[in-house]
Amino acid sequence: MANREPDIGAAVDALVKDLDAAPLQRERTAGRRWKAPAWAVSWLQVIPLTAILVVLFVLPTALFLIVSFFDYDRTGIYPAFILDSYREIFTSASTLRVYWSTLKFALIVWAITLFLGFNVAYFLIFHVRSAKLRIVFFLLCAIPFFTSAIIRTIAWIPFLGRTGAFNQAVMGLGLTDRPLDFLLFSDFSVVIAYVHLYTLLMIGPIANSLSKIDRALVEAARDAGASRWQTMVNVIIPLSKTGIALGSILVVTQVMGDYFVVRAMSGGQSASIVSALSVEIQAMQYPPAAANAMVLVVVVAIMVACLMRIVDVRKELVK
Amino acid sequence: MSEPHIPRQNPIDARPWTFYALATLFGLYLLFLYGPMLVIYTLAFQGPNGGVTFPLVGVSLDWFRDVWRPGQMANIPVSFGRSMALASLVSLLTVVISVAGGLAYRRPFPGAGAVFYIVISSLVMPSLLVGFGIGLGFQFLGLQPDLFTSALGAQLTWTLPFGILAMFAVVNRFNRAWEEAATDLGASPWQRLRYVTLPILMPGILGVALSAFTLSYDEYARTTLTIGARNTLPLEIYALISSATTPMLFALGTLTTAVSFLLIGVTLAIVLHMQRRREWASLA
Repeated sequence: MANREPDIGAAVDALVKDLDAAPLQRERTAGRRWKAPAWAVSWLQVIPLTAILVVLFVLPTALFLIVSFFDYDRTGIYPAFILDSYREIFTSASTLRVYWSTLKFALIVWAITLFLGFNVAYFLIFHVRSAKLRIVFFLLCAIPFFTSAIIRTIAWIPFLGRTGAFNQAVMGLGLTDRPLDFLLFSDFSVVIAYVHLYTLLMIGPIANSLSKIDRALVEAARDAGASRWQTMVNVIIPLSKTGIALGSILVVTQVMGDYFVVRAMSGGQSASIVSALSVEIQAMQYPPAAANAMVLVVVVAIMVACLMRIVDVRKELVK
Repeated sequence: MSEPHIPRQNPIDARPWTFYALATLFGLYLLFLYGPMLVIYTLAFQGPNGGVTFPLVGVSLDWFRDVWRPGQMANIPVSFGRSMALASLVSLLTVVISVAGGLAYRRPFPGAGAVFYIVISSLVMPSLLVGFGIGLGFQFLGLQPDLFTSALGAQLTWTLPFGILAMFAVVNRFNRAWEEAATDLGASPWQRLRYVTLPILMPGILGVALSAFTLSYDEYARTTLTIGARNTLPLEIYALISSATTPMLFALGTLTTAVSFLLIGVTLAIVLHMQRRREWASLA
């Protein structure tokens, strides 16, 4: 896909270089009445994006930071500056339990999606030789993504349940005589649903990074005597770290922000940070919900900042 | 990209064992991906007395008919229409704004870093919290949340970061020599954008449009607290599964897949058509 342009690109490059050297040619374009500085054009182009995100993301976040210090009772919320909501969070045992449970899921799901996502992306980019077949494979990976995440999640219930497709198959093969119980409404089914939902978020960025790697580098490594494993560790993984970081950020933050999958797939046994928070929102207890939200935002921000420190995503993306 | 093409020394190198290992892994992944999807497609044809689990009790199209019938708990056809309208608008806005933003980042400008980090923050923010903040804001301002105000805004905080990141990837592959050539041939900045830059970026732009549409069509976490009275399709589905689950949901999932196949097919056809036309143009 990257090489769509016809090869006269090189000729044009050379021509442009020539023209740059000739001052006469340049005057024609520079001779206009007034030329805005280049960055001003960028500002104009980026203003809509910035305005929307400031109004709809930055200001609302600031708002719930403020509300987290408010006082409240059954009838409403009152402007104040009290730390009660935070004190409650940091002294309650359930906070730690819910955070531990969500972080555990995030870590497990991250490890599995990274392994699956990297290997699938590597297979598609480096092993599939026909460009058409590669597109077909990518679409095959992407099509389930078009079905509502809610429906895709609950589809696991008839698949994993006691009388579900998987148990029937396993019993039909005679591998077990009783249906396997741990499959559904357990940590196992939560992880399965997450991996099913989010692996594509890992495949996409990693495949994008891998497709930019110059094949000549891989050949050079091989010619220099590197084994396949050495090439992988010293050439391919370092060159795809932007994609790995971006995919990791997407998967981890999706799991941290989830409130539906845990509820549906654990059968009500596990809670997530956000599902606990949504209960407070429904009860109109805005200050404690906002304080909870702030704590979660800080935790997620620290995790993302750590990942971005390891890989300078910005430098890699915007060249 | 500009080096002449050198034929490989060894055109038929043998597949290493890793190829077979990874091909097996990929096959298993597809099986894993489509396993529950096949369950959806099968149970959608459940008989009228069957439930959401196996076994199949007869075969019927009843549940597909149910999708079109407004029910007590949810009105699928109306909410589908709303979702389509909202997704189209979100997709259009996302394309225009993120193409402009992607072009902006081709040169350094003051504040580039700050805007980038706002984009990333908006992407990683737990979705429900974005909706919570916007909902609170509307409440403070005394505004009524609605489909094309707060819900539209909440979805843009989700689709725009994806659009911008995709545009970075698209713009990175763009050879600026084309633009310089256009300028040197006397094109005005507007002509250059209209006849050179945008046509070359078009396949990427279509990709952004398609993914923004999908992200919006499927969104529920950011929308649920900002929607007001007129629910979108995912929110109706959400309401349905918390009351009573019927195979109608699976019929809906099957229809969604069919429609997305159609949508992907049409998009692919447009992209292929554009490529072919470009090849013809470069031959002429």
